[in-house]
Amino acid sequence: MVTNVTNLGRSGLYDWLVQRFSAVILATYSFYILGSFVVNPDMNYEQWSALFASNVMRMFSLITLFALCAHAWIGMWTISTDYMTSLQLGKRATFFRLLFQAGCALLICVYLLWGIQIFWGN
Amino acid sequence: MLVSIYRYNPDTDDKPVMRDIEIELPAGKDLMVLDVLELVKQKDPSVVYRRSCREGVCGSDGMNINGKNGLACITPVSEAVKPGGKLVLRPLPGLPVIRDLIIDMSMFYKQYEKVKPYLINDQTPPAIERLQSPEDREKLDGLYECILCACCSTNCPSFWWNPDKFIGPAGLLQAYRFLADSRDTADTERLSGLEDPFSVFRCRGIMNCVAVCPKGLNPTRAIGHIRTMLLQQGT
Repeated sequence: MVTNVTNLGRSGLYDWLVQRFSAVILATYSFYILGSFVVNPDMNYEQWSALFASNVMRMFSLITLFALCAHAWIGMWTISTDYMTSLQLGKRATFFRLLFQAGCALLICVYLLWGIQIFWGN
Repeated sequence: MLVSIYRYNPDTDDKPVMRDIEIELPAGKDLMVLDVLELVKQKDPSVVYRRSCREGVCGSDGMNINGKNGLACITPVSEAVKPGGKLVLRPLPGLPVIRDLIIDMSMFYKQYEKVKPYLINDQTPPAIERLQSPEDREKLDGLYECILCACCSTNCPSFWWNPDKFIGPAGLLQAYRFLADSRDTADTERLSGLEDPFSVFRCRGIMNCVAVCPKGLNPTRAIGHIRTMLLQQGT
Protein backbone atom coordinates (compact mmCIF):
# COMPACT_ATOMS: atom_id res chain seq x y z
CA MET A 1 0.00 0.00 0.00
CA VAL A 2 1.46 3.35 -1.09
CA THR A 3 0.31 6.29 1.03
CA ASN A 4 -0.78 9.46 -0.75
CA VAL A 5 -2.70 12.46 0.50
CA THR A 6 -3.00 14.64 -2.60
CA ASN A 7 -5.06 12.45 -4.92
CA LEU A 8 -8.81 13.07 -5.10
CA GLY A 9 -10.28 10.23 -3.07
CA ARG A 10 -7.30 8.81 -1.12
CA SER A 11 -7.91 5.56 -3.01
CA GLY A 12 -6.82 4.47 -6.45
CA LEU A 13 -10.09 2.62 -6.97
CA TYR A 14 -12.14 5.74 -6.13
CA ASP A 15 -10.12 7.95 -8.48
CA TRP A 16 -10.26 5.35 -11.24
CA LEU A 17 -14.03 5.08 -10.93
CA VAL A 18 -14.54 8.87 -10.78
CA GLN A 19 -12.36 9.32 -13.86
CA ARG A 20 -14.45 6.87 -15.85
CA PHE A 21 -17.84 8.16 -14.68
CA SER A 22 -16.81 11.75 -15.27
CA ALA A 23 -15.56 10.82 -18.77
CA VAL A 24 -19.00 9.39 -19.60
CA ILE A 25 -20.69 12.59 -18.35
CA LEU A 26 -18.28 14.79 -20.32
CA ALA A 27 -18.80 12.75 -23.49
CA THR A 28 -22.60 12.83 -23.10
CA TYR A 29 -22.59 16.61 -22.59
CA SER A 30 -20.24 17.17 -25.54
CA PHE A 31 -22.39 15.05 -27.83
CA TYR A 32 -25.52 16.88 -26.65
CA ILE A 33 -24.00 20.30 -27.38
CA LEU A 34 -22.61 19.15 -30.74
CA GLY A 35 -25.98 17.56 -31.52
CA SER A 36 -27.69 20.90 -30.83
CA PHE A 37 -25.49 22.52 -33.48
CA VAL A 38 -26.14 19.73 -35.96
CA VAL A 39 -29.91 19.88 -35.44
CA ASN A 40 -29.92 23.68 -35.57
CA PRO A 41 -26.98 24.80 -37.72
CA ASP A 42 -28.18 28.43 -37.88
CA MET A 43 -28.38 28.84 -34.12
CA ASN A 44 -28.43 32.48 -33.05
CA TYR A 45 -27.67 34.04 -29.65
CA GLU A 46 -31.30 33.98 -28.47
CA GLN A 47 -31.65 30.26 -29.23
CA TRP A 48 -28.28 29.57 -27.59
CA SER A 49 -29.39 31.50 -24.45
CA ALA A 50 -32.74 29.71 -24.42
CA LEU A 51 -30.96 26.37 -24.49
CA PHE A 52 -29.20 27.22 -21.21
CA ALA A 53 -32.21 28.94 -19.60
CA SER A 54 -33.98 25.75 -18.54
CA ASN A 55 -33.19 24.35 -15.09
CA VAL A 56 -32.63 20.88 -16.54
CA MET A 57 -29.87 22.19 -18.82
CA ARG A 58 -28.37 24.26 -16.01
CA MET A 59 -28.30 21.19 -13.75
CA PHE A 60 -26.78 19.09 -16.54
CA SER A 61 -24.16 21.81 -17.07
CA LEU A 62 -23.38 21.98 -13.34
CA ILE A 63 -22.97 18.22 -13.09
CA THR A 64 -20.69 18.35 -16.16
CA LEU A 65 -18.70 21.17 -14.56
CA PHE A 66 -18.14 19.08 -11.41
CA ALA A 67 -17.22 16.09 -13.58
CA LEU A 68 -14.77 18.25 -15.54
CA CYS A 69 -13.11 19.51 -12.35
CA ALA A 70 -12.77 16.02 -10.87
CA HIS A 71 -11.53 14.63 -14.20
CA ALA A 72 -9.01 17.46 -14.58
CA TRP A 73 -7.67 17.08 -11.05
CA ILE A 74 -7.17 13.32 -11.37
CA GLY A 75 -5.47 13.79 -14.75
CA MET A 76 -3.19 16.63 -13.67
CA TRP A 77 -2.35 14.87 -10.39
CA THR A 78 -1.39 11.76 -12.36
CA ILE A 79 0.80 13.80 -14.72
CA SER A 80 2.54 15.50 -11.79
CA THR A 81 3.22 12.22 -10.00
CA ASP A 82 4.49 10.63 -13.22
CA TYR A 83 6.83 13.35 -14.44
CA MET A 84 7.67 15.46 -11.38
CA THR A 85 9.31 12.83 -9.20
CA SER A 86 12.72 12.68 -7.54
CA LEU A 87 13.91 10.49 -10.46
CA GLN A 88 13.44 13.44 -12.84
CA LEU A 89 13.90 16.47 -10.59
CA GLY A 90 16.01 15.23 -7.70
CA LYS A 91 15.53 16.67 -4.22
CA ARG A 92 13.48 19.63 -5.48
CA ALA A 93 10.78 17.31 -6.82
CA THR A 94 8.41 17.54 -3.84
CA PHE A 95 8.51 21.35 -3.86
CA PHE A 96 7.84 21.63 -7.61
CA ARG A 97 5.19 18.90 -7.57
CA LEU A 98 3.29 20.54 -4.70
CA LEU A 99 3.61 23.93 -6.39
CA PHE A 100 2.24 22.51 -9.64
CA GLN A 101 -0.58 20.70 -7.82
CA ALA A 102 -1.48 23.85 -5.86
CA GLY A 103 -1.56 25.84 -9.13
CA CYS A 104 -3.83 23.24 -10.74
CA ALA A 105 -6.12 23.15 -7.68
CA LEU A 106 -6.41 26.94 -7.69
CA LEU A 107 -7.14 27.06 -11.42
CA ILE A 108 -9.77 24.31 -11.13
CA CYS A 109 -11.45 26.15 -8.21
CA VAL A 110 -11.52 29.38 -10.23
CA TYR A 111 -13.05 27.59 -13.24
CA LEU A 112 -15.60 25.89 -10.99
CA LEU A 113 -16.75 29.10 -9.30
CA TRP A 114 -16.68 31.02 -12.58
CA GLY A 115 -18.68 28.27 -14.28
CA ILE A 116 -21.30 28.25 -11.50
CA GLN A 117 -21.59 32.03 -11.85
CA ILE A 118 -22.02 31.74 -15.64
CA PHE A 119 -24.65 28.99 -15.49
CA TRP A 120 -26.57 30.08 -12.37
CA GLY A 121 -25.83 33.82 -12.09
CA ASN A 122 -28.18 36.49 -13.31
CA MET B 1 27.68 -9.19 -38.74
CA LEU B 2 28.10 -5.92 -36.92
CA VAL B 3 27.09 -6.07 -33.26
CA SER B 4 26.68 -2.85 -31.29
CA ILE B 5 26.85 -3.34 -27.53
CA TYR B 6 26.16 -0.97 -24.65
CA ARG B 7 29.35 -0.77 -22.64
CA TYR B 8 29.60 0.74 -19.19
CA ASN B 9 31.89 0.02 -16.29
CA PRO B 10 31.21 2.48 -13.46
CA ASP B 11 34.73 1.88 -12.06
CA THR B 12 36.47 3.11 -15.19
CA ASP B 13 33.92 4.90 -17.44
CA ASP B 14 32.40 8.35 -16.99
CA LYS B 15 29.38 7.48 -19.12
CA PRO B 16 28.08 4.56 -21.16
CA VAL B 17 29.01 4.16 -24.83
CA MET B 18 27.84 1.93 -27.69
CA ARG B 19 30.75 -0.07 -29.11
CA ASP B 20 30.65 -1.93 -32.43
CA ILE B 21 32.27 -5.30 -32.92
CA GLU B 22 32.37 -7.36 -36.13
CA ILE B 23 31.44 -11.00 -35.67
CA GLU B 24 31.81 -13.82 -38.22
CA LEU B 25 28.60 -15.86 -38.18
CA PRO B 26 28.64 -19.51 -39.29
CA ALA B 27 26.97 -19.85 -42.70
CA GLY B 28 23.58 -21.51 -43.03
CA LYS B 29 22.65 -21.21 -39.36
CA ASP B 30 20.17 -18.90 -37.68
CA LEU B 31 21.84 -18.30 -34.34
CA MET B 32 20.12 -17.03 -31.24
CA VAL B 33 21.20 -13.62 -29.95
CA LEU B 34 22.82 -15.32 -26.95
CA ASP B 35 24.99 -17.41 -29.32
CA VAL B 36 26.15 -14.19 -30.95
CA LEU B 37 26.95 -12.76 -27.52
CA GLU B 38 29.05 -15.86 -26.77
CA LEU B 39 30.99 -15.19 -29.99
CA VAL B 40 31.41 -11.58 -28.91
CA LYS B 41 32.67 -12.76 -25.52
CA GLN B 42 35.28 -14.95 -27.24
CA LYS B 43 36.56 -11.90 -29.09
CA ASP B 44 36.25 -9.47 -26.19
CA PRO B 45 36.14 -11.23 -22.79
CA SER B 46 35.46 -7.94 -20.99
CA VAL B 47 31.81 -7.87 -22.19
CA VAL B 48 29.54 -8.98 -19.35
CA TYR B 49 25.95 -10.21 -19.31
CA ARG B 50 23.81 -12.62 -17.32
CA ARG B 51 22.92 -16.04 -18.71
CA SER B 52 22.17 -19.47 -17.38
CA CYS B 53 19.82 -22.05 -18.90
CA ARG B 54 20.02 -20.81 -22.53
CA GLU B 55 16.51 -22.10 -23.26
CA GLY B 56 14.10 -19.43 -22.03
CA VAL B 57 13.44 -20.92 -18.61
CA CYS B 58 15.66 -19.08 -16.13
CA GLY B 59 14.96 -15.56 -17.37
CA SER B 60 18.46 -14.24 -16.68
CA ASP B 61 19.39 -12.98 -20.16
CA GLY B 62 16.61 -10.42 -20.58
CA MET B 63 17.95 -7.47 -22.57
CA ASN B 64 16.94 -4.85 -25.09
CA ILE B 65 17.51 -6.32 -28.55
CA ASN B 66 17.25 -3.83 -31.41
CA GLY B 67 14.85 -1.72 -29.35
CA LYS B 68 12.65 -4.52 -28.06
CA ASN B 69 13.01 -6.29 -24.73
CA GLY B 70 13.43 -10.05 -24.96
CA LEU B 71 15.42 -13.09 -23.90
CA ALA B 72 18.66 -13.37 -25.86
CA CYS B 73 18.59 -17.16 -25.70
CA ILE B 74 15.28 -17.60 -27.52
CA THR B 75 15.41 -14.62 -29.89
CA PRO B 76 16.72 -15.68 -33.31
CA VAL B 77 19.03 -13.16 -34.98
CA SER B 78 16.83 -13.33 -38.10
CA GLU B 79 13.86 -12.10 -36.03
CA ALA B 80 15.75 -9.28 -34.34
CA VAL B 81 17.73 -7.89 -37.29
CA LYS B 82 16.71 -7.09 -40.84
CA PRO B 83 18.96 -8.72 -43.48
CA GLY B 84 22.26 -6.82 -43.61
CA GLY B 85 21.36 -4.88 -40.48
CA LYS B 86 23.18 -4.37 -37.21
CA LEU B 87 22.42 -6.21 -33.96
CA VAL B 88 22.05 -3.59 -31.22
CA LEU B 89 22.15 -4.82 -27.62
CA ARG B 90 21.36 -2.66 -24.62
CA PRO B 91 20.50 -3.49 -21.00
CA LEU B 92 16.83 -3.61 -20.02
CA PRO B 93 15.74 0.03 -19.70
CA GLY B 94 14.56 1.83 -16.57
CA LEU B 95 16.72 0.16 -13.93
CA PRO B 96 20.26 1.10 -12.86
CA VAL B 97 23.08 -0.52 -14.84
CA ILE B 98 25.67 -2.43 -12.83
CA ARG B 99 27.90 -3.10 -15.81
CA ASP B 100 27.39 -3.50 -19.57
CA LEU B 101 24.19 -5.55 -20.03
CA ILE B 102 23.70 -6.30 -16.34
CA ILE B 103 21.08 -4.28 -14.47
CA ASP B 104 20.37 -3.91 -10.76
CA MET B 105 17.02 -5.68 -10.30
CA SER B 106 16.58 -4.85 -6.59
CA MET B 107 13.62 -2.53 -7.25
CA PHE B 108 11.96 -5.15 -9.44
CA TYR B 109 12.26 -7.79 -6.72
CA LYS B 110 11.13 -5.33 -4.05
CA GLN B 111 7.89 -4.82 -5.98
CA TYR B 112 7.56 -8.58 -6.45
CA GLU B 113 7.93 -9.09 -2.68
CA LYS B 114 5.12 -6.61 -2.01
CA VAL B 115 2.48 -8.91 -3.55
CA LYS B 116 3.40 -11.73 -1.13
CA PRO B 117 4.05 -14.25 -3.91
CA TYR B 118 3.30 -17.34 -1.86
CA LEU B 119 0.19 -19.22 -0.83
CA ILE B 120 -1.53 -17.91 2.30
CA ASN B 121 -4.09 -20.22 3.86
CA ASP B 122 -5.45 -19.79 7.37
CA GLN B 123 -7.21 -23.16 7.48
CA THR B 124 -5.78 -26.25 9.16
CA PRO B 125 -3.45 -28.00 6.71
CA PRO B 126 -4.76 -31.37 5.49
CA ALA B 127 -2.78 -34.53 6.18
CA ILE B 128 -1.31 -34.79 2.69
CA GLU B 129 -1.94 -31.79 0.43
CA ARG B 130 -4.49 -29.10 -0.42
CA LEU B 131 -6.52 -30.43 -3.31
CA GLN B 132 -7.66 -28.32 -6.24
CA SER B 133 -10.20 -29.17 -8.93
CA PRO B 134 -8.98 -29.26 -12.55
CA GLU B 135 -11.24 -26.22 -13.24
CA ASP B 136 -9.64 -24.20 -10.44
CA ARG B 137 -6.18 -25.29 -11.52
CA GLU B 138 -6.95 -24.13 -15.06
CA LYS B 139 -7.47 -20.58 -13.73
CA LEU B 140 -3.73 -20.40 -13.03
CA ASP B 141 -2.76 -21.06 -16.64
CA GLY B 142 -1.20 -18.00 -18.21
CA LEU B 143 -0.15 -16.77 -14.76
CA TYR B 144 2.19 -19.30 -13.16
CA GLU B 145 4.47 -19.50 -16.21
CA CYS B 146 6.13 -16.13 -15.50
CA ILE B 147 9.90 -16.52 -15.15
CA LEU B 148 10.53 -13.02 -13.71
CA CYS B 149 12.85 -11.98 -16.54
CA ALA B 150 11.66 -8.35 -16.08
CA CYS B 151 11.22 -7.78 -19.83
CA CYS B 152 7.65 -6.55 -19.22
CA SER B 153 8.18 -4.27 -16.21
CA THR B 154 11.25 -2.62 -17.74
CA ASN B 155 9.29 -1.89 -20.92
CA CYS B 156 6.48 -0.18 -19.00
CA PRO B 157 6.58 3.65 -18.84
CA SER B 158 4.58 3.64 -15.59
CA PHE B 159 7.30 1.47 -14.05
CA TRP B 160 10.01 3.79 -15.44
CA TRP B 161 8.35 6.81 -13.79
CA ASN B 162 7.47 5.16 -10.47
CA PRO B 163 9.56 2.01 -9.97
CA ASP B 164 9.31 2.46 -6.19
CA LYS B 165 5.50 2.72 -6.12
CA PHE B 166 3.98 0.94 -9.13
CA ILE B 167 4.26 -2.83 -8.73
CA GLY B 168 4.66 -3.33 -12.45
CA PRO B 169 3.22 -5.95 -14.79
CA ALA B 170 5.40 -8.86 -13.59
CA GLY B 171 4.50 -8.33 -9.92
CA LEU B 172 0.82 -7.78 -10.72
CA LEU B 173 0.65 -10.94 -12.83
CA GLN B 174 1.88 -12.80 -9.75
CA ALA B 175 -0.50 -10.88 -7.49
CA TYR B 176 -3.40 -12.16 -9.61
CA ARG B 177 -1.87 -15.65 -9.74
CA PHE B 178 -2.44 -15.90 -5.95
CA LEU B 179 -5.75 -14.02 -5.98
CA ALA B 180 -7.01 -16.55 -8.54
CA ASP B 181 -5.76 -19.55 -6.57
CA SER B 182 -8.65 -21.44 -4.94
CA ARG B 183 -6.31 -22.58 -2.13
CA ASP B 184 -5.42 -19.04 -1.08
CA THR B 185 -7.59 -17.43 1.62
CA ALA B 186 -6.01 -13.97 1.82
CA ASP B 187 -7.91 -12.23 -1.00
CA THR B 188 -9.19 -9.40 1.22
CA GLU B 189 -5.76 -8.59 2.66
CA ARG B 190 -4.11 -8.89 -0.75
CA LEU B 191 -6.66 -6.56 -2.36
CA SER B 192 -6.52 -3.97 0.43
CA GLY B 193 -2.78 -3.72 -0.18
CA LEU B 194 -3.39 -2.90 -3.84
CA GLU B 195 -6.14 -0.26 -3.80
CA ASP B 196 -3.88 2.81 -3.50
CA PRO B 197 -3.40 5.11 -6.54
CA PHE B 198 0.00 3.62 -7.49
CA SER B 199 0.30 -0.14 -6.93
CA VAL B 200 -2.23 -1.22 -9.58
CA PHE B 201 -3.94 1.92 -10.85
CA ARG B 202 -0.79 3.44 -12.35
CA CYS B 203 -1.25 0.93 -15.18
CA ARG B 204 -2.49 2.87 -18.22
CA GLY B 205 -3.18 -0.22 -20.29
CA ILE B 206 -0.69 0.53 -23.04
CA MET B 207 0.14 -3.19 -23.19
CA ASN B 208 3.90 -2.93 -23.79
CA CYS B 209 4.14 -5.80 -21.31
CA VAL B 210 2.01 -8.03 -23.52
CA ALA B 211 3.97 -7.05 -26.62
CA VAL B 212 7.34 -8.09 -25.17
CA CYS B 213 6.61 -11.02 -22.83
CA PRO B 214 8.86 -13.85 -24.07
CA LYS B 215 6.47 -16.42 -22.60
CA GLY B 216 3.42 -14.94 -24.38
CA LEU B 217 1.67 -14.00 -21.12
CA ASN B 218 -0.85 -11.19 -20.69
CA PRO B 219 -0.23 -9.06 -17.57
CA THR B 220 -2.72 -6.40 -18.77
CA ARG B 221 -5.54 -8.93 -18.60
CA ALA B 222 -4.44 -9.96 -15.09
CA ILE B 223 -4.40 -6.29 -14.02
CA GLY B 224 -7.93 -5.95 -15.43
CA HIS B 225 -9.04 -8.91 -13.29
CA ILE B 226 -7.45 -7.32 -10.19
CA ARG B 227 -9.34 -4.07 -10.92
CA THR B 228 -12.59 -6.01 -11.23
CA MET B 229 -11.92 -7.77 -7.91
CA LEU B 230 -11.13 -4.41 -6.26
CA LEU B 231 -14.35 -3.01 -7.71
CA GLN B 232 -16.36 -5.96 -6.40
CA GLN B 233 -14.82 -5.57 -2.95
CA GLY B 234 -15.01 -1.77 -2.85
CA THR B 235 -18.53 -1.10 -4.13
